[in-house]
Amino acid sequence: MSDAILEVKNLKKYFNTPGGVLHAVDDVSFTLEKGRILGVVGESGCGKSTMGRAILRLHEPTSGEVNFEGRDITKISAEEMRKLRSDMQIIFQDPFASLNPRKSVSELIGEPLRLHKIYKSKAEREQHVLELMEVVGLAERLANSYPHELDGGRRQRIGIARALALNPKFIVCDEPVSALDVSIQAQILNLLKKLKRERGLTYMFITHDLSVVNYFSDEIMVMYLGRMVEYAPSEELFKNPVHPYTRALLSAIPVPRLRSKRERILLKGEITSPINPKPGCRFAPRCAYAKECCFKDSPELRDLGGGHKVACHFSQEFFKG
Amino acid sequence: MVKTAQTYKKRSMASEIWRRLCRNKMAMLGLVIMVILVLTAIFADVIADYDTKVIAQDIKNRLQGPSMAHWCGTDEFGRDIFARLVHGSRVSLVVGLVSVTISLIIGGPLGAVAGYYGGRVDNVIMRIMDIFLAVPSILLAMTIVAALGTSLVNVMLAIGISGVPGYARIVRASVMSIKDQEFVEASRAIGAKSPTTIFREILPNCLAPIIVQATLSVASAILSTASLSFLGLGVQPPSPEWGAMLSGGRNYLRDALHLTLFPGLSIVITILALNLLGDGLRDALDPRLKQ
Repeated sequence: MSDAILEVKNLKKYFNTPGGVLHAVDDVSFTLEKGRILGVVGESGCGKSTMGRAILRLHEPTSGEVNFEGRDITKISAEEMRKLRSDMQIIFQDPFASLNPRKSVSELIGEPLRLHKIYKSKAEREQHVLELMEVVGLAERLANSYPHELDGGRRQRIGIARALALNPKFIVCDEPVSALDVSIQAQILNLLKKLKRERGLTYMFITHDLSVVNYFSDEIMVMYLGRMVEYAPSEELFKNPVHPYTRALLSAIPVPRLRSKRERILLKGEITSPINPKPGCRFAPRCAYAKECCFKDSPELRDLGGGHKVACHFSQEFFKG
Repeated sequence: MVKTAQTYKKRSMASEIWRRLCRNKMAMLGLVIMVILVLTAIFADVIADYDTKVIAQDIKNRLQGPSMAHWCGTDEFGRDIFARLVHGSRVSLVVGLVSVTISLIIGGPLGAVAGYYGGRVDNVIMRIMDIFLAVPSILLAMTIVAALGTSLVNVMLAIGISGVPGYARIVRASVMSIKDQEFVEASRAIGAKSPTTIFREILPNCLAPIIVQATLSVASAILSTASLSFLGLGVQPPSPEWGAMLSGGRNYLRDALHLTLFPGLSIVITILALNLLGDGLRDALDPRLKQ
């Protein structure tokens, strides 16, 4: 795996809250190869976004390693990290909150260029901004507009242009389409795909929309309450889900077919609190197959072959492949 | 407006704000009044002679009501009130504007740093501000003037410093409400340093309460100067100063209203103009309110 661009080892992010320690991301490890798209799925509050931010050190990880191109970025200085930010970017979920309402489109897109002093003259910078706008499909006449004058899709394009401005190698897409209309979603996804092809980008694509990951990702990671419960190549995961939680998730995808009677797995109970979690499998209280051991020991991540990894005590039994 | 092919050409920020300000009639009224006041202060000597009209006493004509000879009447020493107001604007306008600027320059960044970093930094800064707030501001100003010596510069400094905690608190509160928004995180994600984030991303979004506070506190600064003058620490008589004239006329309120009326009106007009201008500026600086 020499062309791994990102290698995350035992990443943990805990928050101290009045009620105790919140385990937002707990012991997540994975490797992402260059040019691949990793989809991260899970329900709200399972730590997907926190993990994305911890990888970019927007939240300082509590412990663990994040190796970006072979360099552990959790140990480098703030100044070096700032330089490295041109290689690692993020596209935010909410195109309304992630753009400063007082800046025009060209200022927003030009800001990273200005900060990193890419161009000496203002004219050169503005030229590049216009090029970026064209790349993401924003009309030149919008350069002086302000974000509040534009619709969600256009705003998200600004966010994408801003992320692209520094020519990054790796982009965390934090639910970039979940705030958009379905028709606009497709446009933005296609734009992201096109950019990936043209620029050889690597994405970590965080979403709760399974149909989006299916369309988009090479590999999929399923998270539950801060833990990685299953990790597999996209096709394999959809064909052969092993973890009971993954199965429940997949069964929830609507199928546009009359008479298709699929059995839906309905999860009982509420998502348990991530504050001071009890030992054992985090999913055990809602799992239909939970046995005694599930409440005692935390299941290790086991490789079932072909890059399919599952954290479940009974993964062998559930595995059909 | 006719849309031309040039519309998308970059307009400078300042000219854009100016254009929006010009469209606001009330703001332009405020601006015009301010310009007139400033010109009055600059050309005070041309309008009324200081030695013969402003400080020379004329006991025969004391406490006269407004007339053609004395537009605003005369005071208890027979001095022309209009001439004194004109010359007093030099002191009052400068004290008002400069002391507010001092408060803003010191209090703003302190509040921004406290709000942005939070935790211990916040605690240290804000507890110091609490100490300042615990001392009545006029007492604080008196102490500062007493320590530094009586002069107009020291008065402005004293009033400015006693206004610092108010600004620190307001800026801190606005920064705290803005700093957790996603665009602030976005600015860190593209590699902005903290000062850049504070000054370019957060503070421009906190302007509204700051402008309101600043325009309102000009009035209290002018009145504070009057209190200090009254205690012998500010502008010494017979030099004219609006606040001092206002409080000096108090004794004659029943018989000669004009002694307090005109200085009071001068202060009201100044504050009104500043408020109108401030409101207009606040709207002009916010692109979301573009008509």
